[in-house]
Order: sequence, then structure tokens, then C-alpha cells
Amino acid sequence: MLRAAIRSSLPALRPAFSQGSPSLLFRRLLSEQARSQIQSAVTASPVVLFMKGNPQIPQCGFSRAVVQILDLHQVSPEKMKTYDVLEDSELRSGIKEFSEWPTIPQLYVNGEFVGGCDILMSMHQSGELEQLLERHGVIPKLAAEEPQSAQS
Amino acid sequence: MPVQIQTLEQAIRAAFPVSHLEIEDQSSGCGESYSVLLVSVAFEGKTTLAKHRLINELLKNEIAQMHAFSQKTFTPAQYEAYLAKAT
Repeated sequence: MLRAAIRSSLPALRPAFSQGSPSLLFRRLLSEQARSQIQSAVTASPVVLFMKGNPQIPQCGFSRAVVQILDLHQVSPEKMKTYDVLEDSELRSGIKEFSEWPTIPQLYVNGEFVGGCDILMSMHQSGELEQLLERHGVIPKLAAEEPQSAQS
Repeated sequence: MPVQIQTLEQAIRAAFPVSHLEIEDQSSGCGESYSVLLVSVAFEGKTTLAKHRLINELLKNEIAQMHAFSQKTFTPAQYEAYLAKAT
């Protein structure tokens, strides 16, 4: 559905590219329709991950790392949706423009862009990711803080 | 054309006051994969996301040509804490 919508909206825009300045071109690349399709994709589930491959068979080390981090936090599959950008080149470029973020993977929580692999790694290490997931009701709050067990 | 390490370094040094900068070519020379560690006072008061967006915006054209790009961004105080933790 998403794929079809983005694809159908892009060809109509192409002729305009030759005229605009590069910055205008960049901003107008995503049509309103494509943008709203991606908007509904990022809010389709509390946690939405745009990745290469799927959680079972990630096709890139960075995507794999993010899947593993989410797994560590025991984000349940019902609360998470992943999109494989390798299956959909329009989505792959569309999401980069939508998020204004140049790389994949990209994580959204409750429709809000959180970051890519580097950011998730550092948020995971600092404990911010757990707080964020708890705050958004993605994982249950721990009644009492676990004793410090970080040995990294 | 492959992205050169010098191009990245010049662009970063021109845009930010740099306290410390490490750029690592992780592609074995093909220019497809870089990792950047930047310590700058320009990052004071910014979230990690905001810091990364600054770098992404600055190196937009270069990143588009790479397969992989990884970054660590610190304020001088954050970098000291990072080093202290690592040792």
C-alpha cells in the first residue's frame, strides 16, 4: 500500500526537478501524498523500525544491532512494526527525506523520530532508551530499579 | 568518486570549533564507510539527535555517497566522562 502510493506519486513530480534549485528540489521530492503515507507508517505501531532486511534476517550490521537492542529491552512483537527498505526503494529514499536523516536504520517511537544505530547504542548504554520506552508505555515500568549490573 | 578522509576533516574543521577529531576509514580504503568522533563546544546544550543532525547536514553530500557512516559527538565535558568510563 505504502509502496504503491509512493511510487504513483513520484513520476508526476519528476519533470519539475530540472527547474528548481537543489534545495527546493530536496524539499519537494516528497509529495504530500507520499509524506502522509509515511506519516501513517511511522505511527502504525508504538515502535516502528525502518531497517535493511527483517528482524529474523537483518541485511546490515547496523540494522542487526538495533534489532538486538530492542530485543534486549524485550519490546514485544505486537508493539513493533518493521519495514524492510531493501524491498522498496521509494520507501528507502522517502524515509530518509521524511526524517531528514541520511542513513538506515531509523527508529520511531509513537510517531517520533528517535535516531539511528549510533544514537540508539548510546541511549541504550546511558539508560535513556529504557526510560523512553517506559515513558511511552512500550515496556512495563520496573517497580524498583534493578541493582547496577552494567559490566560493559 | 570515493569520499576522502581529508574532505571530511576539512569540512568539519571549517564548520565547528574542534577540540578533538578522529575520523576512521572503516572501508579498507574504498571510501564507503567512515566513523567520526568529534568533540566540540558547539555541541553544548544540544541533544544527541540535534548533534548528529548537525553533522548529517554538514556532510550530507558525502554521506549520500557512502555505504555506512557512524558518528560519536561529544561536548568536551561529555568526552572526559566518556574517556573516564572507557578506562
